[in-house]
Amino acid sequence: MSQLSIARAAPAAAPHVPGKASVSRTMFLVQATLVPATFYGFWLYGWPAIFLFLLTVGSCVFWEAACIRMAGRLTKPQLTDGSAILTGWLLALTLPPWAPWWVAVVGGLLAIVFGKQVFGGIGQNLFNPAMVARVALLVSFPVPLTLWVMPTPITAAGAPGFIESIHLITGTVAIPDAVTSASLLGHAKTELNRGIDLVHAFAGDHAPVISWIGARAGSLGESASFLIAAGGLAMFFLGIISWHIPVAMLLGVVIPAAIGHAVNPARYLDISAHLLSGGVMLGAFYIATDYVTSPSTDKGKLIFGFGCGFITYVIRTWGGYPEGVAFAVVLMNSLTPVIDRLTKPRILGRDKRGRPLQIKD
Amino acid sequence: MGFMDFFKSSWGVHPDDHKRPAADAAARRVPVPPRVYIPFSQHVGAPARPRVVVGQHVLKGECIAEAQGNISAPIHASTSGKVTAIGEITAPHPSGLPILAVTIDSDGDERWIGTEPIHDPFSLAPADLARKVAEAGVVGLGGATFPSAVKLALGLRSKITQLIINGSECEPYLSCDDRLMRDSPEGIIGGIRIMLHATGANEALVGIEDNKPEAIAAMRKAAAPYSEIRICPVPARYPMGSDRQLILELAGKEVPSDARAADVGVIVHNVGTAFATRQAIYEGRPLVSRLMTLNGDAMANPGNYEVLVGTMVSDLIAFSGGYKSPAARLIMGGPMMGSVIPHAHVPVVKGTAGILAFTAAELAEEEARNCIRCGSCIRACPMGLLPLEMANNIRADKLDGAEQLGLGDCISCGCCSYVCPSRIPLVQYFTHAKGQLWAQERGKLRNESTKKLAIRRTERIEREAREKAEAAAKRKADKAAAAAAAAAKKETTGA
Repeated sequence: MSQLSIARAAPAAAPHVPGKASVSRTMFLVQATLVPATFYGFWLYGWPAIFLFLLTVGSCVFWEAACIRMAGRLTKPQLTDGSAILTGWLLALTLPPWAPWWVAVVGGLLAIVFGKQVFGGIGQNLFNPAMVARVALLVSFPVPLTLWVMPTPITAAGAPGFIESIHLITGTVAIPDAVTSASLLGHAKTELNRGIDLVHAFAGDHAPVISWIGARAGSLGESASFLIAAGGLAMFFLGIISWHIPVAMLLGVVIPAAIGHAVNPARYLDISAHLLSGGVMLGAFYIATDYVTSPSTDKGKLIFGFGCGFITYVIRTWGGYPEGVAFAVVLMNSLTPVIDRLTKPRILGRDKRGRPLQIKD
Repeated sequence: MGFMDFFKSSWGVHPDDHKRPAADAAARRVPVPPRVYIPFSQHVGAPARPRVVVGQHVLKGECIAEAQGNISAPIHASTSGKVTAIGEITAPHPSGLPILAVTIDSDGDERWIGTEPIHDPFSLAPADLARKVAEAGVVGLGGATFPSAVKLALGLRSKITQLIINGSECEPYLSCDDRLMRDSPEGIIGGIRIMLHATGANEALVGIEDNKPEAIAAMRKAAAPYSEIRICPVPARYPMGSDRQLILELAGKEVPSDARAADVGVIVHNVGTAFATRQAIYEGRPLVSRLMTLNGDAMANPGNYEVLVGTMVSDLIAFSGGYKSPAARLIMGGPMMGSVIPHAHVPVVKGTAGILAFTAAELAEEEARNCIRCGSCIRACPMGLLPLEMANNIRADKLDGAEQLGLGDCISCGCCSYVCPSRIPLVQYFTHAKGQLWAQERGKLRNESTKKLAIRRTERIEREAREKAEAAAKRKADKAAAAAAAAAKKETTGA
């Protein structure tokens, strides 16, 4: 090029070099870390679970596109940020793996339309969309939302085939009683309510047990607690999440569980039952860490995480529902703005109240 | 990384530094261009006042414009030749607005004006040293271009204990300080010793980022005889070279937000400034040239160049070998805080640390998306601010809210924009809001002075009316008295 070539100056401001982070990249990486746990869930629960997953994600993407179109914001970056897929993915992981098709469709509607788009779309919502959907589904349709099945690996002899699975999920064939089972937390709650203590409740052959490899009834994503935790660790090392919320949330469950179980093992479940069943792992690493609905300072994250864990424990132990992660997260979401306000970082050169520092002689 | 660092929140960002190979290439001296364009405003503060006329012949180093006001710096001819114009040229600023400059047609002789070198600066009083530095037109060469003598003179007012010398050069792509430290460490150390004497500081801490091992080694060697000068490697992290951050890192002192560094007994100078100070004193030469970096993917020969102040960027780039691919953007300064220049027909000024020619691929511009509240900007902010909250306030036109969140403490380093995954131009919001607040403040002052003037005018009119009325009444009374007196006289005479 000649020396006279004049560089065209677009109106632009520093910094002129872009960072490496992007919303799409973040969403993609989160999804990538979820793959092992999800595929393990598919293997454990077979074709119905795969259909449910696809329907939920598809429903979320459909409603996202519909809303964005209605709002007149149908642009490529809006659609391709991957956030709707992630919402659907997380919601699917919290559902009973053999839930009927309409649970997935309605769940997607609740999550995206009522959980996110009515607030103004990505970044504007106060509550975690997947948890809004999960809570609304649970209180509206308690029966299909608490119908758990025992894992029958996709390769096992008794597993439903492709066609049979379509019948199962569309409701033309009822789920056989033989495969249904109570979840561990549900069983504990039912027995305690009947006046049977935990020592006796878990004594029988048919009682659910803690399975370290996930061979027990539960939602699509809870069986693989270790894979979920591994995915969470991967997110930490990739720099997507900080350690504050997961650690605080797990402590929020572990500390009261340890105390309670030590005081009265017949009344209070032990730590491993709390950690490995239900949605604690998924909640700690993937749900509570949602950027939009959690506090943005480190101190705020610790408070938020501990609150999520502790409220989960309270609901599980003394509340009406056997599981409380979704409620706990939604409750703490509502506190996020307040926590953010109270945990503002100290500005360099100012004290905690924002007054300029005094010069020491 | 120590175990405790895990819990310590860390500020700043780690952009790819892109310093090599430009930093490793030997510095080249750019020949005298046929014509130089020297603006009168190359520093923070009032522009210098011209003292040459068109047609006048000037020598290299001759003062062509003198400082006016307390914060200002004189300007010197960077080559010998004839003044052919004093008029407007395009400013090296994104606006591309015109600024006043002297045009000198070089005679090619490079004839210096008679200089007065000082061989024993340590026998001079600090005030005299500061005056010499002021006369040489030395300004902060890190980019801030604050008149150096004003800072040196602070030592007379506040007790300065530590001198911090900024060799961190944390901006990516730039390597002129690195090159200067490698090539002329003795010159820098010489300047630092003068600065120590001028400020009365006990020690000088030279902060150099650890991505410049050659510079650290060279400076250590040159500083070895002087126990009062310590070379301190600092972690490579942007914006380490920001004064408040460097003071915290090296001196462990936090400058209160409403105070200056001197108030905690510290003064920060750039290594280039130290070098220019040494030249001003030992050689008596004013600041007429500087070392600067050419870099960016579009530049054919990235490297460091010694350039006369007033050289057209286009001449400089042509000398270096031109572009190797189309430049999508020209930037004066570093990529994190530098400003876009409208075209290459702008002059190199004292504060030009580099010219970057970026290709479109290097810029990788993307449309901004919605904030997802990931908090990256909060972790990155070196001042402990909440960029996302401030931007939300500004977007809603709540400038007061942004101000309460600490907008005034923002140093515009650009870390927040850099890390934002949604590519929100956060720092642009803040610059805009600061400008708005400044304009509001000005407007308020203007309103107040207008009000004062109006009140004074009303008072004056009232006073004049009163005086007029009084005068009229007096005249009337006088007239009446005179008439009465006349009547009385008539009566007496008539009687």
